[in-house]
Amino acid sequence: MNAVSTSADTNVSLGVNDLHKSFGTHEVLKGVSLEAREGDVISLLGSSGSGKSTLLRCVNMLETPTSGQISVHGEVIKMTQDRGGIARPADPRQVERIRARLAMVFQSFNLWSHMTVMENVIAGPIHVLKQSRAEAIENAKGVLERVGMYERRDYYPAHISGGQQQRAAIARALAMEPEVMLFDEPTSALDPELVGEVLKVIRSLAEEGRTMLVVTHEMAFARDVSSNVIFLHQGLIEEQGVPKQMFTDPKSTRFKEFLSNTRH
Amino acid sequence: MDVIFEYKQILIEGTLVTISLAVLSLLLSIALGLMGAFAKLSPKRGVRRAGELYTLFVRSVPDLVLMMLIFYGGQTLMSQIGALTGLWGYIDINQFIAGVLTLGFIFGAYMSETFRGAILAVPSGQIEAAKAVGMTPSQVFRIVTWPQMVRFALPSFTNNWLVLVKSTALVSVIGLHDLVWNAFTAGRSTHMLFSFMIAVMVIYLIITGLSDVILRAVDRKYAAGVRKA
Repeated sequence: MNAVSTSADTNVSLGVNDLHKSFGTHEVLKGVSLEAREGDVISLLGSSGSGKSTLLRCVNMLETPTSGQISVHGEVIKMTQDRGGIARPADPRQVERIRARLAMVFQSFNLWSHMTVMENVIAGPIHVLKQSRAEAIENAKGVLERVGMYERRDYYPAHISGGQQQRAAIARALAMEPEVMLFDEPTSALDPELVGEVLKVIRSLAEEGRTMLVVTHEMAFARDVSSNVIFLHQGLIEEQGVPKQMFTDPKSTRFKEFLSNTRH
Repeated sequence: MDVIFEYKQILIEGTLVTISLAVLSLLLSIALGLMGAFAKLSPKRGVRRAGELYTLFVRSVPDLVLMMLIFYGGQTLMSQIGALTGLWGYIDINQFIAGVLTLGFIFGAYMSETFRGAILAVPSGQIEAAKAVGMTPSQVFRIVTWPQMVRFALPSFTNNWLVLVKSTALVSVIGLHDLVWNAFTAGRSTHMLFSFMIAVMVIYLIITGLSDVILRAVDRKYAAGVRKA
């Protein structure tokens, strides 16, 4: 991960350049730039309200940035302004294409509750990637086994535990064969005894070299698994670097405070 | 009883008119209801206002007045347009079509409230998850929103449908030969109005009973994944 670069470097899986986001008069992101190269696992840390989840949601346009640039493997998401001067994506089809390449895992799982685990996993491949049903089911088998959910493929989300739901949601994301995976506090809604099984899966994905952007409160995960750590404070990057150096020798007082306030 | 049996043919014909009127009005009201619901949920203020005005208008004007407005007013309007453009002469608006348009328009407004609530009841996180895998807005609706909103909409939808079935009786006022009109005519000519009205009542009860069976089946179909209480 380097400092800002606007070049269309295709080794850069994900580029964020000078991102601003305001809700009304409240500016949540005040100019954030980052780059994820292939295989990078970037942990986004910060106290609540620091803008880390908003940043992640801007990356796949679930929130529309007020200004700034997002690019995926060099393809910049084209933005325009409506008559009121509010930014919006210029081409909804492009946003849909980009989203299909960036899978997202949510804090509250967000599995489709009227579909079984299997149906959840194959819906995207069938409707978005235009795979045949047979092909999608064949691929789903692999990703469900990967997260240890193949035996539960015919269960509805309401009938399995939170940890199992989140593993199914990870399988749904994997089935899209994404270039970058976005995790939005994937273990925060789980009972403590279920956190481990989900972290294990995410850790194994990191170890196989997937490019990931992870908003997390799990300090052990950030320290042991990620290749880079970014600490956000009040909408700006306060400190960033490799985990070993950041956790043993934090530079900014904010990050020092943050670390001492968090059990790890 | 024998007299009613003698007149069974016109009662059956009337029932068929009533049922087809109700079903076609329902289809129109579903289409208008979905449009109204999306208008009310639109981020654009003007569109939202239009949706709200629609409901307000229908709620404040009696159904009978609307029906006569569309039947007689529509006739005049069409004739005047014809005279102005010279494209057609006198146009006779068919009572059946006027009935479908009126009932569809009225119940579309009620359906838009039903659907609006049902759409809002689908967890927003699931909509986001659908967007996040790259689905188009119409895919999000077809694959995620619709299958779940049906269940939320059904109780109020059922209510609308039952009221709609009863409201079809209004079209006898503009002279459509529906169940009520036919039974009334037969009852007057035989001086057995009471017996014929009892027969009408029983037929409406049967229609309602059948609807209940069908709607229960729909509810079961769309209950997939719902945890039984």
